This record gives sequence, C-alpha cells and structure tokens, in this order.
Amino acid sequence: MTEARHLSIRVPLLARVEGEGALDVAIRDGAIAELKLRIYEPPRLFEQLLQGRSFAEVPDIVARICGICPVAYQMTAVQALENAFGVQVSGWAQDMRRAMYCGEWIQSHALHIHLLAAPDFLGVDSVIALSSKQPEAVRRGLHLQALGNELIELFGGRSVHPVGVCVGGFHRAPHPRDVAALVEKLHAALPQALELAHWTAGFPIPDDGQDFTCVALRQPDRYAMDAGRIGASDGLEIDASEYQAHFSEHQVSHSTALHSQYRSGAYLCGPLARLNLNGECLPQPVREVLEHTGIGLPCRNMFQSIVARSIEIYFALLEAIRILESYVPSDTPAVAVTPRAGTGAAATEAPRGLLWHRYETDDRGRILHARIVPPTSQNQARIEQDLKASLEAFGLQRPENELRRRGEAVIRNYDPCISCATHFLRLTLDRR
Amino acid sequence: MTAIRPAKLRVAVHKFSSCDGCQLAFLNLGESLLEAAELVEFAHFAEAGPVDPDAAVDIAFVEGSISTPEDCERIERVRANARFLVTIGACATAGGIQALRNLHDAKQWVAGVYASPQYVSTLEHVVPVAAKVKVDLELWGCPVTGRQVLAALRALLSGVAPLEDEDKVCLECKRRQNVCVMVTRGVACMGPVTRTGCGAICPSFGRDCYACFGPAENINAPSLTRRLQGLGLAREAVAARFHFINSAAPAFLSAGQAALEAKRD
Repeated sequence: MTEARHLSIRVPLLARVEGEGALDVAIRDGAIAELKLRIYEPPRLFEQLLQGRSFAEVPDIVARICGICPVAYQMTAVQALENAFGVQVSGWAQDMRRAMYCGEWIQSHALHIHLLAAPDFLGVDSVIALSSKQPEAVRRGLHLQALGNELIELFGGRSVHPVGVCVGGFHRAPHPRDVAALVEKLHAALPQALELAHWTAGFPIPDDGQDFTCVALRQPDRYAMDAGRIGASDGLEIDASEYQAHFSEHQVSHSTALHSQYRSGAYLCGPLARLNLNGECLPQPVREVLEHTGIGLPCRNMFQSIVARSIEIYFALLEAIRILESYVPSDTPAVAVTPRAGTGAAATEAPRGLLWHRYETDDRGRILHARIVPPTSQNQARIEQDLKASLEAFGLQRPENELRRRGEAVIRNYDPCISCATHFLRLTLDRR
Repeated sequence: MTAIRPAKLRVAVHKFSSCDGCQLAFLNLGESLLEAAELVEFAHFAEAGPVDPDAAVDIAFVEGSISTPEDCERIERVRANARFLVTIGACATAGGIQALRNLHDAKQWVAGVYASPQYVSTLEHVVPVAAKVKVDLELWGCPVTGRQVLAALRALLSGVAPLEDEDKVCLECKRRQNVCVMVTRGVACMGPVTRTGCGAICPSFGRDCYACFGPAENINAPSLTRRLQGLGLAREAVAARFHFINSAAPAFLSAGQAALEAKRD
C-alpha cells in the first residue's frame, strides 16, 4: 500500500561539508515533486579579479578559491599558463609537483573520511563524538591528515595557501635532509593507511547501485593526478584544450554554482570515477588492497566513495615514497619563463574531481581572460540525480529525520566543496 | 563535597564569504582539536558537525567577509549572541581578496556576464566584519595559523587579553637569518610593511612576501613605494602590491592609492 503523503524536508545549513549549502526536498503523494541542492554562498568573482593581474600572481590568487585544495588550483593554473607561454618545465619539477599533489590527496581525503563522512556510517554526528567511540581510528586519521599537510609544507611552506609553486617550476628545492625525514614518516604510515582501507571497507555500506557516466583524467602509464587527457566511461578522450567543445555549463535558479553537463547529461568526477576509469593503472600493492576491500570495478555505488578515498590515500603514500626515495635537489627548480600573448588550458585531478582552467594572456603575461571549472559544479547535477534515486530507493514513507540524514549522507559522498563551486557566479547588485 | 567544575566555554565558528581555509586552522589541529573539544564546547561549527547558528556563546570565531544583505543581518545576530567576537583571517579582518572588486566599477564586472536573470544578491562593496559590528579581537593572516587560534583560545580561557604580533616580516627574517631577497636580488618584497606571524615563509623560499598577513604597525608605505619604483615597478604594479589579499585594510588601501598618484622622481 502506498500512502499518499505530503512532506517537506528542509536542511537549511548542511553540516560536515566544505562551504555552505542547503537541501530542499518536497514529497507529494508519495513521490519527489521537487529536489534542490541549494548553493547560496555569494560569488567571489575570481575570474574577474584575475583580469589585469600578472601571471606570476596567479598561483597566489587561485589558491584562495579553496582552502582545502589550494594545491589543485595552483597546479592547474601554472600548467595552463606554461601551455600559454610554450614553457616546458623540467622532469624534476614535474615529479615534485606530483609528490606535492599526493600530499593534498592525503590530507583532503583523510579530513573528509574522518571529520565529514565517517560519522554517517557509524551513527554519530561528529568526529568529536566518534573519537570517544573509536579513539584509535580517529587518531590514525588525524595523523594521516597531518602527514599529508607536512608533505605540502615540504614544497610550499604551509599547507593552506602554500607559497612554493611558480610558473616554470618551484621557487625552491627542498633540502634532502627534510625529504629523507619525511620519506621515513611516509613509510611508517603505510600500515596505518592499510588499516584505514580495511576500516572503511568494513562500514555498513548501503547497497545503492546507479547508472552514471564517469569522467577523469587518464594517463597510459600511471594513475592520473597532476596531468593527463580528459577521459569518460563512454570512450571520450580529449586534450584539456578541447574541454569546452564537449562540456557545457548552465545556470539554475537555486544555485550560485553553474551546473556542468556532458552530452546533455549529468556525470561523475572524483575518486570513484577515477578508480572506475584508471583502476588498472594502480600499482600492484594498491590493486591487491582494492581486491581485498571487495569493491568490484566498475563500481556503481557512490557510498563506496569513502573506500575509494582510503584506497587513494594508500596509493598517494606509495607514490610520494616512489618519487621522493631517490630525491636529488635541483639547482634550477624553475626554468626561465618568457611571457607572450597566448591561450593555455590545463586540467588536473583535485581530491574531489576534475579541475579545469583556461587563461588568455597579453604579451607581458597579464591575464586578459580566465575560466575555471571546479569539480563541485561538475558533480552538482549528478548529486541531485543521485539524491532523487537514493531517497526513492531508501523509501519515501520513512520518517522525516531518516530521510534527511540519508540525503545529507548522499551529498557527502561527493565531498562537495561549495566554497570552490561558487567563486565566479553572476550576480545582481543590491545597492544600499 | 564534590568539586565545582566550571562550565565549559561555549564556542561558535561562523563562516561568511571565504575559502574555508581559516576554519582549517581548527580542523588541521590534529589531536589538539580533540583536546580543544575537552576544554570548550563547540556549539556551532557546521563544517565539523554541530549546527546551531543562533546559539548564545562565549566566543564566536568568524571567518569570511560580509558581502550580501543576508550577511549583514546574520553578523548582527552573531554579535548579539556572543560575548567575545574574534575575526579569523584576511576576509573577516580586511575583506580578503574578494574585496578587490571594491576598487573596480562593480557594474562593469556585472555587465561582462550573461544576460540571464541572476538570483544571487550581493552588496556593492565587500567589507570586513568590523565595518558592521564591534569586533573584540582581530586575527590577521591568509590563512591564520593553528598557533594563532590556539593562543587566542588559551588566552581567553585564562581570562587574559590575547596578544597579536604586529612586528614586520623583516624582523622575522632577521631572526631566522634569511638572506634579504630585496637587498641581494632586487625582488619586490612586501616584508617591510607586512605583519609577521607566518614565519617569513616566502623570503625563506627565496621569493617576495606578498603581504598576506596585512599591514604591520606604523608602516612607512611611501618609502617602500619609492623603493619598489626604484626596482622598476610601474605605478600600477606598485599599487597592485598593496591592493591584493588585504586591499580593504586602511593602511594598504591608502598606500595603494597614493602609489597610483605618486610622481616618479
């Protein structure tokens, strides 16, 4: 028997997400009549404030889009500008950028797993409550988060808005003594990362398979992170410069972030999309862990994304060790850069998914035009699609409280970064 | 007789227009975060879990700048509900990088965008918290450090006024025995006018300080302006050095405007 039911679920401020958003669901006669992930953070107009600024200032500016993934913004921006200027950075700088990026994956994923998502699976409402139930697990998570931050600090001086990356490479090469000390810590953390993967795989994970298109960077010889071509699960493979020919953005009334579309539909980017597209590129030890966790690829259950994150932490630790174990400092951490008038695009894999930048410069290297598409605006349409399917599968007849909690958990599966997503939106002026 | 346990201090962390990076000063504390949770009660801290935006608290930490009519109303409520209000970071303390739009014709920025109707409301100017309500303590920095927020929290727990370092980055460089990038390599460094607290990390990376911690006390901006011009920076470039992360800080706002009007000599 289906009960006719009118119910309005409103979560005015979503907890445990980065930035501020809200969820509105209207249920009429046992069906979802309206569902909105409302993103109402005011736009900060980064694309406009980049105009006229020197290329050298761009890494310091775009870092401020997101305190949680500033490395992703810096890495994407410097590569887009290097493409615009025809600059080829050294193999040393490419390796070190990948190592630094590993630090951001480790810290951001560890933060998301422990502080934001795990409480959903373990029936508590915050990491503070979780720490009295499972103190060892929380301590392990905070340690991994701190280690990721240390890896960023090695190359950038601080983990939020680091200062070491420049167009052409790095301002400074880390001292071998500091690198060696950190490599030792990374080694020591490997067993903890393994325990973490098994811990998350043991969560009571809801069975919620859905059909979706995955989009992620791809590289033939490695698990793509800092570079690569943009691939999709339907076989698409394009250069970052072709992004706009295949992906579009449109505005919706309830969000200050644009919704992205691929072939007129929603798509997924982020850790689960990366595993689905690039799982075969993972090194053997990581593939073994993957098998052990029981995620079959391709995986269609977004609740498994927490396990995907823990697997990527293990991968990022191994990858940073691989790169840094034979570390030799460079006498020229940055190549000389001669700015020119041009256009350059680049994409990288931010912890929460594909991040795309494009810049147009004048002959003195000043920014004429900037376009930035963050991962959360790409995932936004998919989140709404998922919410509708998940809540219907969960059972709309359930108590309001349960539906609200499930809705919030679904949103957290995407690790949305709302501060990122709203950096450039259209605005109406209210003159006071 | 049972000992009287003093009630925990109630703390709120509020977010306005920002990148979330200053809240990370709490979330990156590691085990100190759990220790802090023993000492205080987080009544509202949405990113960490507790949501109760209108809770009455002893200390409200505020991240982010005020940029919408709703923000104006919300910051009034935050103020009314808090005994002590602390701004954390450049956005809350000096408008942040988004305050750069105050220096431009905002209408022009709007005209450059789509004709489709917009559902976002925004104020003409992005302003720091102190432009709207009384602020008891300002923590500068983009981002603030864990050390700063913990020191402020500890001082308030002990009932003393927290101290903020207002020295210049130059002094920190000297203490660290960094080689001066401006003197030795002619790099256009903002260290002489910038408040320390970061640990002088940019000069220690061999690059320019870009003033992310805001103006130090009693700065000599005209002198630095002349020096930067001497290094070959055009007036607009000198102004852009002051008008960056902390452009709404009065000392930097006026220094940048003066640089634009300065004559070359």
